[in-house]
Amino acid sequence: MDIFVTLAINGLAQGALLFLLASGLSIILGLMGVVNFTHGTLFIWGGYVYIWIFGLTGSFVLGLLGAMVVAFAMGVFFEKFFVSRVYGNVPAQILITLGLQVIFTELVRVIWGATPLSIGRPTFLAGAWDISGVVIVHYRIFLIAIGLVIAVGIHLLLNKTKIGMIVRAGVQRPDMVRALGININTYFTLVFAGGAALAGLAGALYAPLVGSMTSTAGMHNQVLAFIVVVVGGMGSFIGSAGGSVLLGLMGSGVAWFAPGLATIANVGLMAIVLAFKPSGLFGLAVKK
Amino acid sequence: MSSLLKVDNLESYIGLFTILHDVNLEINKGEAVALLGRNGAGKTTFLKTLMNLVDTRSGSIELNGKSLVGIPTHKIAKMGIGYVPEDYGVFDALTIEENLKVAMWKEDKETLERLDYVLELFPDLKIAYKRMAKTLSGGQRQMLSISRALVNKNQILLIDEPSKGLAPVVIEKLAHALKEISQNTTVLLVEQNFAMACAVADKFFIISEGRTVESGSIKDLMKDKELQHKHLGVV
Repeated sequence: MDIFVTLAINGLAQGALLFLLASGLSIILGLMGVVNFTHGTLFIWGGYVYIWIFGLTGSFVLGLLGAMVVAFAMGVFFEKFFVSRVYGNVPAQILITLGLQVIFTELVRVIWGATPLSIGRPTFLAGAWDISGVVIVHYRIFLIAIGLVIAVGIHLLLNKTKIGMIVRAGVQRPDMVRALGININTYFTLVFAGGAALAGLAGALYAPLVGSMTSTAGMHNQVLAFIVVVVGGMGSFIGSAGGSVLLGLMGSGVAWFAPGLATIANVGLMAIVLAFKPSGLFGLAVKK
Repeated sequence: MSSLLKVDNLESYIGLFTILHDVNLEINKGEAVALLGRNGAGKTTFLKTLMNLVDTRSGSIELNGKSLVGIPTHKIAKMGIGYVPEDYGVFDALTIEENLKVAMWKEDKETLERLDYVLELFPDLKIAYKRMAKTLSGGQRQMLSISRALVNKNQILLIDEPSKGLAPVVIEKLAHALKEISQNTTVLLVEQNFAMACAVADKFFIISEGRTVESGSIKDLMKDKELQHKHLGVV
């Protein structure tokens, strides 16, 4: 029983990180129809910027904020100068965002070197509780809490504000949103940059979890985020949350009971969903 | 009366195909105008061209003397054009209330009064105000789409085939509502249902194969059986 509780906490913490990465990706895909491969590089930039700022200031919060600000600015830059030029052209989107991913990942190596950078957890989150043999790592509980706070925040933003209404309307009918007098392109930039900031935050939170940051971490986590988007359904916030939790729990369980099957399990789940419910478990019918 | 919308020698295209070849029309402030024609004549494309949802190849479109050609769709809408598309364009994932709020440019006293007005005009929407739009019937979706165009102070409403696919009793209800709307706002109504057009409009243009071929008073058209038969297929 103890092991199941530990695995559940590990899975939920992993799911929270995945959610931060996948929610932006999903909304960008659903609203803007953009297949965005820059999320992986935004993730590692978040991690490296966090380590850099944490090293300078010793502040965990400043590190997280710095990672988000840098990733947000990169998101604005990517969207304004590159992605906005290839709306509606998926092959060009893939090529241009993959190109940006390669360039900015190389830049990370130029600035911080190719060797992984080590980073510890902040002291106030470094410990663990041992409750009747169940080891509960503080940092993992913190990740779950951050995931919940961000999920509630995004939920409120999407459902209780006019910005959210416009974004949800734009996911379904961007042409009609324009015909109502709304410059949906401004929202495209904001959504892209907001998604980028979340990816940066995910990277910043990931580094202390695994104890280091490496320039190859982006692609691996990006692939997982894409699987979440496919499983949850593009453009669906609930789908991103549900898909992330599902993948996190499954990953945690498989890693313990059958570590060799980790990749097969993720891709297998995606294949099953694609075969039986191509719009994803919570997907919207998106009309362009 | 002063000219509100003026279109000259308009040509527009979708992909490789030129859909509108030579469209000319003029609408004055306060008029209710029906744009008639057979299926595929180019009526819907014309409205989309006005909104820059379809590209213009040549010709001019002016609203109050200002050119609309090449202006982004959202700016055209903000110039005072309310657009009700053929497929309603309702946001299914939003409630009726949210659909209306998304459309509102401001939430000032004047806009809220207009919101009250449309909810009085279409009581069905008031009753189902918090319901998701995806649960609405065709008639209710049409009412919502028209209401969205009415919550802002628009100079002209472009309404594309509001009677399409609706039951006769709903069409009758809509015709009454559109007649009332046309008392206060300039309306350009694309319609295949001749009776509906006659109930709402006082002037008409006919499009055939992407060209405006006839225009005049709707009363004269009602008397001209030959013209009705030739361009509208009315027997």
